[in-house]
Formats: sequence, structure tokens, C-alpha cells
Amino acid sequence: MTFPMMTRRGALIAGGAMLLAGSAGALTVSRQAGDRKFVLVILRGALDGLAAVAPYGDSYYRAVRGGLALPSAGDVGGVLPLADGFGLHPNLAFLHEQWKGGELTILPACASPYRERSHFDAQDVLETGAAEVFGASDGWLGRALTALPPELKRDAVAISGSLPLVLRGSASATSWAPSLGPSASDDTLSRLMDLYAGDALLGPALASAIATNSIASASGLEGMEGKGRRGGPGAYKGLADAAARLLSAEGGPAAAVLSFDGWDTHANQGAANGQLALRLAGLDTALRALRRGLGAHWAKTVVAVVTEFGRTVAENGTGGTDHGTGSAAFLLGGAVSGGKFGGDWPGLAPRALFQGRDLAPANDLRSVFMTVLQDHWGLERDTLGRTVFPDAGGVRAFSGLVHT
Amino acid sequence: MPRTLAASIAINRFGLGARPGEFDAETTDPRDWLAQQLTRTSSFMLASGGLPTTRSAAEALGSYLEDLKKKTEGGAGKMSPEAQEEAILQPLNQLREILIAEIEARTLHGLTTEAGFAERLVLFWSNHFTVSATKAVTIPFAGVFEREVIRAGMTGTFADLLVASTRHPGMLLYLDQAQSMGPNSNAGKRRDKGLNENLAREILELQTLGAQGGYTQADVTEFAKALTGWSLAGGRTRLLAPGADPGDFIFVDRFHEPGTRTVMGKRYKEAGEGQGETILRDLAKHPSTAQRIATKLARHFISDNPPAAAVEALAKSFRTSGGQLPALHETLISLEDAWNPQAQKFKSPNEFFLSALRLTGLSKLGRKGIVSAYGLLGQVPYQASSPEGWPDDSASWAGPDAVIKRVEWAQAFADRLGSNIRPESLVRAALGPALSAVTEQSIARAESASQGLTLALMSPEFQRR
Repeated sequence: MTFPMMTRRGALIAGGAMLLAGSAGALTVSRQAGDRKFVLVILRGALDGLAAVAPYGDSYYRAVRGGLALPSAGDVGGVLPLADGFGLHPNLAFLHEQWKGGELTILPACASPYRERSHFDAQDVLETGAAEVFGASDGWLGRALTALPPELKRDAVAISGSLPLVLRGSASATSWAPSLGPSASDDTLSRLMDLYAGDALLGPALASAIATNSIASASGLEGMEGKGRRGGPGAYKGLADAAARLLSAEGGPAAAVLSFDGWDTHANQGAANGQLALRLAGLDTALRALRRGLGAHWAKTVVAVVTEFGRTVAENGTGGTDHGTGSAAFLLGGAVSGGKFGGDWPGLAPRALFQGRDLAPANDLRSVFMTVLQDHWGLERDTLGRTVFPDAGGVRAFSGLVHT
Repeated sequence: MPRTLAASIAINRFGLGARPGEFDAETTDPRDWLAQQLTRTSSFMLASGGLPTTRSAAEALGSYLEDLKKKTEGGAGKMSPEAQEEAILQPLNQLREILIAEIEARTLHGLTTEAGFAERLVLFWSNHFTVSATKAVTIPFAGVFEREVIRAGMTGTFADLLVASTRHPGMLLYLDQAQSMGPNSNAGKRRDKGLNENLAREILELQTLGAQGGYTQADVTEFAKALTGWSLAGGRTRLLAPGADPGDFIFVDRFHEPGTRTVMGKRYKEAGEGQGETILRDLAKHPSTAQRIATKLARHFISDNPPAAAVEALAKSFRTSGGQLPALHETLISLEDAWNPQAQKFKSPNEFFLSALRLTGLSKLGRKGIVSAYGLLGQVPYQASSPEGWPDDSASWAGPDAVIKRVEWAQAFADRLGSNIRPESLVRAALGPALSAVTEQSIARAESASQGLTLALMSPEFQRR
């Protein structure tokens, strides 16, 4: 099949019309960030974006992907067709329903500004929102929450044992994970709070945990013992269930951060079946659970699914892929103006690849986040480009990703 | 009981905490007590009766892989994702047993050892060279890697440790080296593919130079090519190395990329297996490596943001001694900053767990209790989520959820010990003069012995070292 939209670098895919920085105009903060929920899902380990969103219509696709190429739509184990020669991995059935329902936008070639290939440095850049490694000591979502006017709800929860970097910098961010043991006695907690009166680390941490626990118990999360603790794709759904219940509780937070591990598929990655296919199925199940659990809140929710970088376009010598650059990002939720692609598509032609090996980073993930924060929460472009994302004043903004 | 602050620092900051009666003699000099642990090989060893050797771990892996093949053969494409997962997970149980035995053995050793500083150094270096049992193929090797590579290497040089680590099946499998082939090697030419960069990259980024250590993507690729052929005997590769036992390191010439390699500006002639080893040894003595190791060691024992002078003193010791580990560790205890009266470091879950058990004098704990405690506290041994290993800063460990999980565990643990304990005297015996009046008073006012012990274990001074 021919593929006219994908022949030249810089071609725009439908719906991704770009605006230059600043031209979006300053929006006043008038929206209720409290009931406009934002969920960030970080796929740690580097998702092979071409496995999730296959450009099966690209003339280079089969040759370059080799054993990792997915069968065409309609064949056994074939992709779920989207448009313009792209298809979703067959295990992403929920995402496919969202696409058809107009609630999923796919950005097939994104990256943070980081251009090396270390997971840890890349996650640092992804989460701090800075232009370079160690460019900030706290996270963009934490700073975005702090920048919201105080009369709005501006708290957040991470479903994990510790606070991820992306949420650091907000005094009202907390972390929560399902308990495996009996809960601590209120009397002991109150004595400990006294003991921590002068402790700048333990005092605030325990106070925050006590506050989150009271939301969790009010929303029926107590008794979820052990669920969500097991590693691997089987755990994703438990974490998503917990996020949904906390977010939709009375007085629940405005944002949640979920981390799904296990995407570093250097060996035996598989195609329609196999290791990565299991993880994609786990992701799809978790996102479906998130939608179900959010109920009526889904209509005003944006979920961003991102990873720290992509993987090599070609299969490596051990049936997997090595660290790369561009990867896919997903925006879904009732507040997303979806059913379309966003951003530029660089294509798989050898000359279009970054350093001759990776999907080119055609779109800056910071622009995706900035657009969501601007259109969904009403943060001003100027604040976003300076304090939330330092040195991002010149980064392009998208339009039409989110229903304002 | 440590009677001076220096004694308390020696046993809590550098060690695993005091057991009742430990450090009672007033004459014990804290620095001598630490220094004497550094050169005795026995300080670092643990009784490994019943635990696998590298060879028996490789045999266990082989039988797991056969079992897995039988279970998934043929039908995988028709299975539901749940059934696929089940078919993959079920045969894992045989490997898990090995891992649990390793976790139990290391924990019991941690509870009873009298060389707490040596054990902390083992944990530090084991984390530096992370082999995580988060992949099926590494599960049987994570523990034996620590015993046969890390513990055995603690009185030698960093370069020898790096080479031994890189040759071990645990590392070769964890970072996907075992099947990596040079594109122009005999095997690679026939398959038209083959290079895997993962091990080369993580050695440069995490184990030696560091991400800001001055290497490029080209260095990664060149180093990865030099390492092609480094593999282990087992499965099909045994045919390539007749006479090798399962788990033996082997150099597979047919996988090796022929030719001269350039890494960090230096050319390395073709020398088969020796090419990779020469590069490793050069990386070990690179100034960026000295800087990275010094920074990590100072961060671990002094503070999250250690003083530059302390880091430089350690880096200098590393450079001038040729990476002698005992000399480096001795430099650490000679630093003024390491004896700061104010404890700067928040204990990791593992450090908290072991020190809490030591404080009570327990020397046994059921398998189930051990594994579930680590799970609740968020640090199951040998299960770091990435090759970077466990984090080493309070921001990573003292999050709200982590703190409340510690309270939950401490409370359950204290409840189990019952009312026949004297929390105040236990915690005083562990901390000595580092116990504050405020904590002492809080314990005295507790409504029960068990609540008193919970407060003692969760006190700001017991949570830090």
C-alpha cells in the first residue's frame, strides 16, 4: 500500500496542527482543576513504541522490523487498524475501542529532550521536565500543581511506595500503596507525630500518609491486602484500580501517577505473542480498569501514557531491541479530543532514522504535557514555559488535543 | 552497649546495629573495631551450606528452561494472555525456592554477624554490581553471584572485582551478554544480526565511568563488540565448549567480532577474550571511575550530598592504591566527615529491618516472616528494579507510604514479641548516647511495652544512622 502522508520528514498527521510558542494566547485560570483529573502513566524501562503502534503501511516496516513485525490487519495476530497505515498491537483492544470512540490521541514518535540512552538519566529528564540531565531537583507535575491557584484542588497521589521525582516539589503530593499488614494504631501514629515534631523529613511524610490513609479507608481500599504488589504485568491492574478509587473518592486528589515496570525488552521480545505482548495486555487491562473505576469522572479526565525513550527500530541479535530514542505516547480519557494522531511522523526510511538506528524524536514530550496542562487545567503558557518546564519557552505547542 | 558517641557511630552508621551485649567493653576502640574487619577474608563470608554453587544454579536453570518449553510448546499462540502468563510462571517455582533460601541465609547472617561493617560493604558493592532476580534466568544466580564474586572480592582490587563480575553467568544473563554476537563474527555473519549493547552500556554508565564520565554511543558499541564471545556454558553453547560444566564462563570465538576496537580514544588490538578484559581493566583505573566510586561510597556512609573534600579523599585513595578495596575502605573510616555526630543518612528498609532484629537479639526468624517483611518494607533482597540497584537517598526511602509501612511492620513485630521486653533498655543498648531525651520520654509514656518498642524503632534516631 502506498503511504503518501509518510514520505517526508515533517509531514503533519491529521489533527496535529502546530502553533508557535505564545500564539495560543494567555488563558486565564478559570477551570476547576479539582474535577479535571490528570493521570500520568510512566512505562519504565523504555517501551518499544513501534510494537505498540505499528506503522505497518510504511514500506520499510517489514524489512526493518524482521521477526518483530506484526501481521497486517485481518491476519491471525494482526494489528488493530487505526488510520494512515498504522495499527495497534492486537493486545491493545481497549485502546482500540477508545480510538473508535474518539477518546484516544496517539503521538507515534515522541521523546523528551534527552538524546543519550541511559534509562536513569532519561527518566530524570522525563520527570524533572528540564532540558538536560539533573537540570532540576523536583518534578514538572509537582511544580504544575504548585502553580495552580490555591483555591483549586491541587493535590496528587502516586501509587507507589515512594514519591516519584515527577511529583516532587509539590507540598500536597503523597504516595500510597496497598498494605500487606494490619494498619497502624491511631494512638501510636499520634504519638509518633509528636515525636516527629522537629523532624523535617519524617514529620511531613507521616502527616501526609495519615491523610491519604483516611481517604483510602473512606473509599473502601482497606482490605486490598497484597493486590497490586506482585511484579510484572499482572500487577498493573491492581495499581490502576487503586488510582481510580483514590481519584474518584469524595475529596480525592486532582492527579495520580502510576509506574508500570518491565519494558526493557533486550531479548526475546516477541511480536503478537511473547513477553512484550503480555505487558501490553497488562497495560490495556489496567487502562480499562482505570476507566471503569473513574466512572463519571472519566468524562473530565486526561490520561497520558509515556515512556523515557524508545528502542532501536531493528531487532537486535537476541530477539529484542536496544535503547533508542523516539517512542509512542498516548492521551486518552473523556476530556481528550481523540480518534486521531498528533504531531509529526518521521517515517522508517533509513535516512529518517535518528543516528541511523532509532525512530526520530519528531515531537517533544514537553509540548504534549504543556498542552495538556494549559488546555485541561488552564495553566498559563508563560508559567509552563518557565517554571514548570524550565527553558521550554521556545518549545512548540499543540492544539486541539484536549476539550477545553 | 556503645558507651561513647564514636562507638555508637561505628556500630550503627558503619555496621548493622548492636545486638544486646555487643560493644559492652569500654576498651574496644571504635576505629580499630572497623579496621580489623577490612583485611580478614572471613569477615566477608557467610556459611553457604545447602546453597547452590554457580554450577548447580546453572543446572537448575537448565531444568527450568526444559520444563518451560514443555509447558508452552506449540500452543502459546492460541492461549489467552492469562493462560500464557500461567504457563510461564508455574515452572518458576523451582527457581524461587533457591532465591528464598538465599534471602533467608543472608538475613540470618546479617542478624548474627559480628563484622557488621564488612557486611555493609558487601551490601554496598553487591548493589553497585546489581544482578537482579527480576528476570527468570537470573533468579538462581543472584545469591551465588553475591557470594562467589562480591564477598570473595572484598579484599582485592576493584579491577579484579569488575572482571569477575563481568564473567559471572548472573551478570552475563542479567544484562543480555551471553548471546551477543559480532555482526562480522562467524556466527553473526550467518545470522546477519547479533550485537547486544546492554552489558557494555551498563558497565560504562553504572559500574565504571558514570553517565557523565565522558563516553559516547560509539564507545558503547565498540566495547560491546569487544565483549562479544563472553558467554556461559549451558544449553546449546555447551556444544561450543566441550568439557565445560554448566555455568562455566566460556569465550565463544565464533561469536566474537574480529578486529581492533577503539574505546575512550584508545585502540585495542584483536586479542580474543583478552581484548574485553584489557578494556575492563583500563576502565577500572580511569579517573571518572575513581570519582564515581568515591561519590557513591561517600553518599552511602556520610550523607546524601557528601562534602566534596571527602569525595576527593576517597577518589585519591582509589587512584593511588590502584583500586585496592581495603585501602579505600580504610580511607573512609579515617575521614572526619564520616564521624559527624549528627546522623545524616535515613536507613534503607533492609538496614532498618536488620538493625531492628539485632536490637532485640533475635537470631532466628521464620522464612515467611522474613520475605513478607521485606515485601512490606519495599526492598526484597536481590530484586532491585533495574541495573542501577537500590536508591541511596532519603527522598527515595522516606516517602509517606514507605514511612507508614515501617510503622505497620514495627507495630506487628513489637506485638509479636509480647510484653516481656524492656523497650527503653533495648534501644539504649543499641544507640548508647545517641538516644535522645525526647524519645526516651516518649517510650516511657507508652501505653504498653509493644507500643514502646514501636516508638523506639520508629524514633528519628533509630531511623537514621
